Amino acid sequence: MQSQEEIYTKVSATLVEALNVDEEEIKPTSTLQGDLGAESIDFLDIVFRLEREFGIKIPRGELFPESIFQGDPEFVQNGRVTAKGLAELKARMPFADLAKFEANPELSGISDLFTVEMITRYIQGKLTSPNGTSN
Amino acid sequence: MQSDTLARSASKDNFLARRSGSDENDMRWLWIDRFVEFRSHKDPRGGAARAVKNLSLAEDIFADHFPGYPIMPGCLILEGLAQTGGILVGEANDYQQKVVLAKIPWARFFKEAVAGQQLIYDVELLHLREEGASVKGRVSALDPPAQEGEVIAEAEIFFAHLDQSRSQQLFGDHNFVFSGELKHMLGLAKVLAGRKEGA
Repeated sequence: MQSQEEIYTKVSATLVEALNVDEEEIKPTSTLQGDLGAESIDFLDIVFRLEREFGIKIPRGELFPESIFQGDPEFVQNGRVTAKGLAELKARMPFADLAKFEANPELSGISDLFTVEMITRYIQGKLTSPNGTSN
Repeated sequence: MQSDTLARSASKDNFLARRSGSDENDMRWLWIDRFVEFRSHKDPRGGAARAVKNLSLAEDIFADHFPGYPIMPGCLILEGLAQTGGILVGEANDYQQKVVLAKIPWARFFKEAVAGQQLIYDVELLHLREEGASVKGRVSALDPPAQEGEVIAEAEIFFAHLDQSRSQQLFGDHNFVFSGELKHMLGLAKVLAGRKEGA
């Protein structure tokens, strides 16, 4: 079983390759888009590399859901995620740390959920129970 | 296929204008001459393809790149590799989905390619799924009278499958990726392969 630190190290190395960033730039809290400059195609690249590195299968939309709310007014109102939307997020991304987001659930802040430690937690959960995403 | 390494640098207008013509009016954006091997992803050994490109001094690119020193531009070497790989990816969906070059995570160039050589593009499929695919490619140059090619470049190339609505929005109904010329080229490869088997 790989420790969280080992997983984190491998995740960092994966991001160095996929995003062409320096290892020093990567911190657990770095956001993929904001801090590390990831674009849409990079997410698929990251998924491919993680699958290869860890020998796992990552189904489409599991690690990086493409559009969770689809503009559904039950989930989003006035650019803010509703309580129901937050519940949906928790269900879809149990590996994401929503504490900060819950305090100010602006829809535009969703991309900040995608951090290096989020990927690490996802992989950890995946290696513990390959069929589920929960840890 | 007209995947385009230059697309990122080309302005959007030029890019669209170049794509919107009919097959007859499209510029001949073919950077491989012929497929010599083609193995579908359905093969248990995995998908792979080999294509060749002969570098002729008569090609327009060599007039400017460079006068008296005709070397193949690196970006066009990558384009040939991307065309070889793109067809491999396209074949997986029977050429129904539009495949576009999305990203080159890395590329390494070891030596120049000069007029008179033959480039050999070897591509293997690394990943293939609904949203996109990635390939690894190697370019060798055969320098007559040598019998063996020498590796001059390597790269990993990423392709995205454009979903229907997005590609409709950008390009209309015209399937710019797998247009007539490339299909003809695949046809030619089959005819020549058949001829060898028959001989």
